[in-house]
Amino acid sequence: MQVHLHNPKRDLEVPGPVRVKDLVKRLGLNRESVLVIRGDSLVTGDATLDDADEIEIRPVISGG
Amino acid sequence: MNKCKRCGAAAVIDVRRHRAAFCADCFQHHCREQVRRTIDSHKMIAPGERVLVAISGGKDSLAIWDLLLDLGYDADGVYLGLGISDYSDTSRGFAERYAEQRGAKLHVVDIPTEHGFGIPDAAKATKRVPCSACGLSKRHLLNQAALDGGYDVLVTGHNLDDEAAVLFGNVLQWHTDYLARQRPVLPATDGFARRVKPLIRISERETAAYCVLKRIDYIVEECPMAAGNRHLRYKETLNDLEERSPGTKAVFYLQFLDKMLPLLESVAEEERRLVGSCSRCGAPSTAEICAFCKLVERAAPESV
Repeated sequence: MQVHLHNPKRDLEVPGPVRVKDLVKRLGLNRESVLVIRGDSLVTGDATLDDADEIEIRPVISGG
Repeated sequence: MNKCKRCGAAAVIDVRRHRAAFCADCFQHHCREQVRRTIDSHKMIAPGERVLVAISGGKDSLAIWDLLLDLGYDADGVYLGLGISDYSDTSRGFAERYAEQRGAKLHVVDIPTEHGFGIPDAAKATKRVPCSACGLSKRHLLNQAALDGGYDVLVTGHNLDDEAAVLFGNVLQWHTDYLARQRPVLPATDGFARRVKPLIRISERETAAYCVLKRIDYIVEECPMAAGNRHLRYKETLNDLEERSPGTKAVFYLQFLDKMLPLLESVAEEERRLVGSCSRCGAPSTAEICAFCKLVERAAPESV
């Protein structure tokens, strides 16, 4: 699957199937600090992502 | 698959500190209820009052504006142009597009146009870190906008993570004066509009999710001036704790409000007693010239 990340913006290819919380962990991110969006829909930590999915991992922490 | 705690449909967002997951509709209901409960329990906004919401173009400010409008409040927005190159232009665009789509009124105050400096200039001239110059300018100018517009209350989008991180920093350095004024409601006084924070029970992960679910476009990229600041480091530290022990941030901050703030009332009272007014602009200040006027003097001396 294609995974889009921010800060810095970059794309990764990750093989599926993988659970959302495992993907976040594998990328070294904190579940509290990101949202995972499949297409244009949010997904929960237990959802399974497949090879054909397009995923955005969106940071939610602001510094202001 | 996770099921919605409220209706049993497929969930789209999990909120671990509530040991709950929600579908899109029930999550929006959850956010509205959290905000309604916060406003009522802290007596933030009375029925019929005119509300001004500080809008940055980010998730928190747009979420609280949307929630207040959905809850039926008479809420206008105010956007401050900070003069941070492309970032300010982009964030202003998000604020203006939301206002237009929602049919809401947005005031714009552009600091470079009206005061002759941008935040990067101010930080350089005063040797402050940019976020300090920015925070100081925002507090002064948002208050001024609320007073000039005759609004009863100024709403900011500070969320649970913001408040927990500020509390963490204040505790690490035992800033008792800052702790005493870290309140969800700062009442109106001479020269100050009432300031309230209705998002204190909602994390920033939830405000971001709210915007995604309601199709509210906001600026996702971080302010270039904020990269690596102390506030962000505190948030990361607290989120490390939260990941291992969900609910840590809420207990830390909400128990501070319940158990610690009442003990700091004498410190707050002493602070209030010391506040006079700025000899230059008339704003409340503990010094003869307020911090904002000093900043303008150094950042844009020709405008003084």
